[in-house]
Order: sequence, then C-alpha cells, then structure tokens
Amino acid sequence: MDQPASPPTKMGVSVTSRATEGSAAAAPVKVSAQNVDVFYGEKHAIKGVSINIPERSVTAFIGPSGCGKSTFLRCINRMNDLIEGCRVTGRILLDDDDINDRSVDVVLLRARVGMVFQKPNPFPKSIYDNVAYGPKIHGLARTRAEMDAIVEQSLRKAALWDEVKDRLKEPGTGLSGGQQQRLCIARAIAVSPEVILMDEPCSALDPIATARIEELIDELRQNYTIIIVTHSMQQAARVSQQTAFFHLGNLVETGSTEFMFTNPHDQRTQDYITGRFG
Amino acid sequence: MNLLLIAILLALMAVGYRLGTRRSRRVSTERKERLHSLPQHYGTLVALWCGIPAFIVLVLWMATQSGYLESVALSELPAAVQTADEGTKLSAVTRVMAIADGTGVVGEVSAEEQAAADAVAQARLIRTLAAVALAAALAIGGFLFTLRRITPKLQARDQIEFVVKALLFVSSLIAILTTVGIVLSMLTEAIRFFSFVSPIDFFFGTEWRPTFSSTGAGGAGEYGLLPLLLGTLLVSVIAMLVAIPVGLMTAIYLANYASPRLRATAKPIIEILAGIPTIVYGFFALVTVGPALHGLGETLGIDISATSALTAGLVMGIMIIPFISSIADDIITQVPRSLRDGSLGLGATKSETIRKVILPAALPGIVGAFLLAVSRAIGETMIVVLAAGNSPVLQGNPLEAVSTVTVTIVNQLTGDTDFASPQSLVAFALGLTLFVMTLALNVVALYIVRKYREQYD
Ligand SMILES: Nc1ncnc2c1ncn2[C@@H]1O[C@H](COP(=O)(O)OP(=O)(O)OP(=O)(O)O)[C@@H](O)[C@H]1O
Ligand SMILES: [Mg+2]
Repeated sequence: MDQPASPPTKMGVSVTSRATEGSAAAAPVKVSAQNVDVFYGEKHAIKGVSINIPERSVTAFIGPSGCGKSTFLRCINRMNDLIEGCRVTGRILLDDDDINDRSVDVVLLRARVGMVFQKPNPFPKSIYDNVAYGPKIHGLARTRAEMDAIVEQSLRKAALWDEVKDRLKEPGTGLSGGQQQRLCIARAIAVSPEVILMDEPCSALDPIATARIEELIDELRQNYTIIIVTHSMQQAARVSQQTAFFHLGNLVETGSTEFMFTNPHDQRTQDYITGRFG
Repeated sequence: MNLLLIAILLALMAVGYRLGTRRSRRVSTERKERLHSLPQHYGTLVALWCGIPAFIVLVLWMATQSGYLESVALSELPAAVQTADEGTKLSAVTRVMAIADGTGVVGEVSAEEQAAADAVAQARLIRTLAAVALAAALAIGGFLFTLRRITPKLQARDQIEFVVKALLFVSSLIAILTTVGIVLSMLTEAIRFFSFVSPIDFFFGTEWRPTFSSTGAGGAGEYGLLPLLLGTLLVSVIAMLVAIPVGLMTAIYLANYASPRLRATAKPIIEILAGIPTIVYGFFALVTVGPALHGLGETLGIDISATSALTAGLVMGIMIIPFISSIADDIITQVPRSLRDGSLGLGATKSETIRKVILPAALPGIVGAFLLAVSRAIGETMIVVLAAGNSPVLQGNPLEAVSTVTVTIVNQLTGDTDFASPQSLVAFALGLTLFVMTLALNVVALYIVRKYREQYD
C-alpha cells in the first residue's frame, strides 16, 4: 500500500475531518452517500449509511454475510430499482449530482457507474461482441475501426488481450472462469465508466486468477474509482486504500485500510478483522 | 364377475402383506438374526408374488376371450357360412354370440345357430373356469411359496426394486408398443391403398377427386395430395403468423414487464384459451369470424369467402397463442438473471436487454416452441372442418375456401365406408403423411430444445 495511513473515522464524521489526514482522503470525493436507508418490503437492510468515497482509489466494503454490502453497492448504480419491493431513501451524490433525482437517466448513470458481478456472467456471444455490447448501446463508436479500437483497448486494460486476441470470434462463455471475469471487467471498462462496482469479483476464482484480478484492480485505480465488496481480509488489505466495515445494515467504521486493519476504533471491527466472528 | 375376481385377488394380496410382515418378524426373532430388509418389504414381496402372476393371467384371459369365442362360433356354423364373404360371416357370428349371451336376436333362431350358441356357451364356461383356476393356483402358490421363502437373508428390498423397475418398464413399453402398433396398422393400410393408386400419383398429383370411382366401375379417381397439402400449409402459415408474434410478445411482457400480481392472474387466464375445446373454436370461426371477415371484405371491396383459409387460420392462431406464450415464457424466465443484470448494469434498457441478450439466449428454445406449435397447427382438425370451406382445389389464395389433409381424412371416413376401397384407404395414406410431417417437426423441435438446455446446466 503506497498510501500513508490515516486514522479511522467514526461513522457520520464529515469528510473535512478526514481530509486533514493523509493523501488518500485528500482526493476529491467521487461518490457521497448521505443517510441512505434501504428496505426490502418490511426488512430494513441498510440503516442510515453515510460515506464518502474518494476518486481514483479502491474502497473495500467488508462485513459479515448478510450485513448489506451488496445492497449498498447496488444503490450506487440503482440496480436496486430492478428488485421488486426494494425502496431506497436518502441521498447519493455522484460528482455532486443526486443519482436518485428525477432528471437522472438511469441508462446514463449505469454507463458512468459500471458493475462487475460475483459470478462471471459473459453473454452467450463472441468475446468481441461481449466487449462491444456496451459501446454499441451507448453509440460510442461511429465506425468499425473505432469499435475495434475500443474493444482492443478494453481487453488490454483488463489484461486479457494477449490471451484472446486470436479468438475474438469465439464465444465468451468458452473462456476459463478467471478469463471470463476479466472479460466482464473489460466489458464494464468499454463504456468508459467513472466508477466501477465489484461485488466479490474473485469469489468464484482460484488463487492465481484472483491474483491477476487484484493486480488489474491496482492498475485500474489510476483511471477509475473502484468499490469492491470482499470477504477476504487479505484481499481488502492488498487492493484497497479505504475500507468500510458494515454490520447488520450499519456502517460501523470507515477509514484508510492500513489504519482499519491495525488500529480500528470499534470493537466489532476489531473482532471481525481478527476473525472472532463473521 | 371380473370385478369380483379382482377384489378377491386384492384381498388375498392384503392378507399376504400382513402375513409376510408378521412372519418376517417372527423368523428374525426365532433365529436371532437381523432382517436384511424392513418387515414391510417382506410383506410387500408376498403380496406382489401373490398378485402379479394371477393378475397377468386374468388380463390375458379377458383380452382374448371374445376373439376365442367368436372363432368357436364360426367353426360350429355350417360350412356354407364359413366360406362366405367377410360381411356374412361377421353378421352370422354376431347372431350366434347374441344368442349365447341370451340378449335375443331378430327373427327365428335356426337349429344350427342354436347348436353353435350352445357350443359357445360351453366353451365360455370351460375357458372361464380354467382361467380362474389357473389364476387362483398362481395366487395361492405365489403366496405360500414366498411366505415359505422368507428368511432374514432374503433380499426383499432389492427384489421389490426389481419388480418396481419391471412395472415401470412395462408401462413405458405399452406406450411405445401402442405407437408402433398404430404406425404399423397405418402403414399396412396405406400400402393397400398404394396398390390402387401409385405413390407418384398420390404424392405429386394435383387433382383431388376421390368420389369419381364410386360412380364409375374401374377408375380409381384422382388422389393428388398437393391441393390438400397446400391447404394445410396455407392455414398453418396464417395461424403461425397470428400466433407467433402475439404469443411471443405476450411471453415477453409477462416474463419481463408484468408485475408479479398481474402475471399471477394473466397467465392462468391466457392458459384457459388452451383449455377451450377446438370444436368451440370451430363454430366461433364459422358463426362469428367468418361472416365478420366476409363483411370486412365487402366494405373493402375484396372478395373474402366466409369459410376460407384465412378464417380457419386466424382462429387456429388464436388457439395456439397460449401454447407459444406459455412455453416461451418458461424459456425466457429460464435465462439466468445474471445475464439480465449484466446487460442492465451496462446501461442497456429493458427492451435492449430483451432483444440483444435474452432473446438470443432463449432463441433455440423458442424456435423449439414454434415448431411444436406448427405441428399442432398441421394436425388440428375441428377448426378447419368447420371453417376452411372444404374445397380441395390447388390454389394459393387464402381468401378462398380450401381443404386440408385432416379435413379430407374426416370426409373419407364418415358416412358409408368400405375399408377395401381406395376412397377409405386413402385416409390411412393421408394420416401417415401427416404423422411423418409432425413427427419430423417434433424431432427437430425436441433436438433444438435439448440443445438449448445443455447451455445453462
Ligand atoms: N432481493 C431481496 N429481497 C429481500 N431481502 C433481501 C434481498 N436481497 C437481500 N436481502 C436481505 O438484505 C440483507 C442484506 O443482504 P445483502 O445481499 O446486501 O448482504 P451482503 O452483505 O451482500 O451478504 P453476502 O456477503 O452474503 O453477499 C440480508 O439480510 C438479505 O437477506
Ligand atoms: Mg453480497
């Protein structure tokens, strides 16, 4: 981790207090959630969560299973809209624009905030078409050559180009699990998002494929704001600059990864990180 | 009588079950050995060995009884009758059987007939007694034998498994044998037909005039399949033109847009369409749709007959909608949610997701559904009988009356039929053609559907 440590802050503490500490916090805020609640029917899945996510860095969401990490992640590109009976309240700002505002086109929002899922889910199309899917929908390429360039660039950024450049016409479902996940990352990158959400992107992969994806995430943070949900403390420690700990729908604690792992304020964070529960 | 026998047999089986269960327990305690299977298994085994062989004998006996008795009746009748033609023989035998049953016959009973009837009655008595005795012997024998065989080592559970497997096998065999039987009988009758009319004239003939020969003596009439095939094709194509878009869009709406509550009410309502008897569709076509189309044609200045390929096809299409929509709905909802989310997460709209991801992924299955629907359309009879107009002329205008293969089969088999003439036999050739067509479609459809299934398992 090349970021200097900053002390963790209690939930609800404002950005400014954190901005005085270390360079990670000094980066401008990309996504800001203010008092977000999520309900599944009667179930209160996220309880008054407020968090600031700095630009061009990796933020890890950790916490025991069922604590609401995925739910909160889905709020950020409004994928919860698709779930029957799910209700989100509070404000989520992307570059100071409320994403739940009526004027916001969810299609454009999802182009700005891309998502990589837990299980690799390539479309049953060719590798090329998988990557070209998003750009085609959003009209990002006017000519075939432009599209070829986007596809190549995205695959290169996803560290997959060398493995697939001779088989772009073959189905994406024919790749290995790790390759499929990188294909999904390439697919997300192809629409040039500003934020990439990753929900346990390595949980279906072996250690070698995981290492490759982690390397990739580390490179991507040059250009993108990345939020990653993970169950692996080591992974959070390896790839993220900030860590947020969720517990039973609450955001317990958030701060620089190094500090969270060495000197957390909250007993629950301490217990979770040291493996006493989870 | 037969019911009583079966009831007795069942009672015997119940007793066998009880005794077998009890004996297995006793044997186990006496010999201080653990039973291989549960006591109930031993009881079941006794019941099965008691029931199944006897049951088979009874069924065989019942199935062959009347054929046997008729042959006895015929052999007892005078030689003059035995050498007469089929019709005479049949009526003579029927008379004898009626006398033997005591149901009474028209006219005087001749001495020969009475003698034959007595012989039949006697044969019946002997045969019945023999069958019942054999069944009883088998039942009691199986009962006692199995009961004696019970030891703790007897692998009753495995033997029951075997019997169950055999029963299941026989059941599936029945379905298969029936199919083979139907096909074979169609095939033999069709071959008889082809001894009157050459296959080339049948399959490539463009004229359909089967009634010609019934007035003339030698001429076989014209049996060209093509006008009928074209009619079937016209009606089916119109039906599919109605059913595919409407059914598919219904499925897409139900699977992707409708709220769960709407879906839960709409789906059963649409499926009620599938439960309406086709004859009802038929007179709906005849009474409502046909005249309406005719009227529409008049206002537009087009000549539309009330009974036409269009009328029949339209109504048949409506009938097939639920068929397509429910299969397509199942297939669309089977497409993994992760694919849908992946597309939506990239900023695709719902309809883009459906067009570019869901439908391509579901396409093979949907094509399978289409093919199954086509084979239904081809085989559908009642609607076309009533609404297609029955005009077997080679013409491609959907606004005119047509005739189809199914309608023609109905026509050839209703009224006075003589199963030795090409007029009736042609029905088998037509049926066989229809069967081969739908079979081919089904095979292709199932192949496609299966291929699709493999993709996501
Ligand atoms: N579609 C849904 N309908 C109803 N309740 C849901 C739904 N999705 C999640 N929940 C509930 O909301 C809570 C948070 O779920 P969520 O999936 O966000 O947890 P998570 O932290 O991602 O867990 P995991 O680490 O196991 O993925 C859980 O109690 C879950 O049961
Ligand atoms: Mg989750």
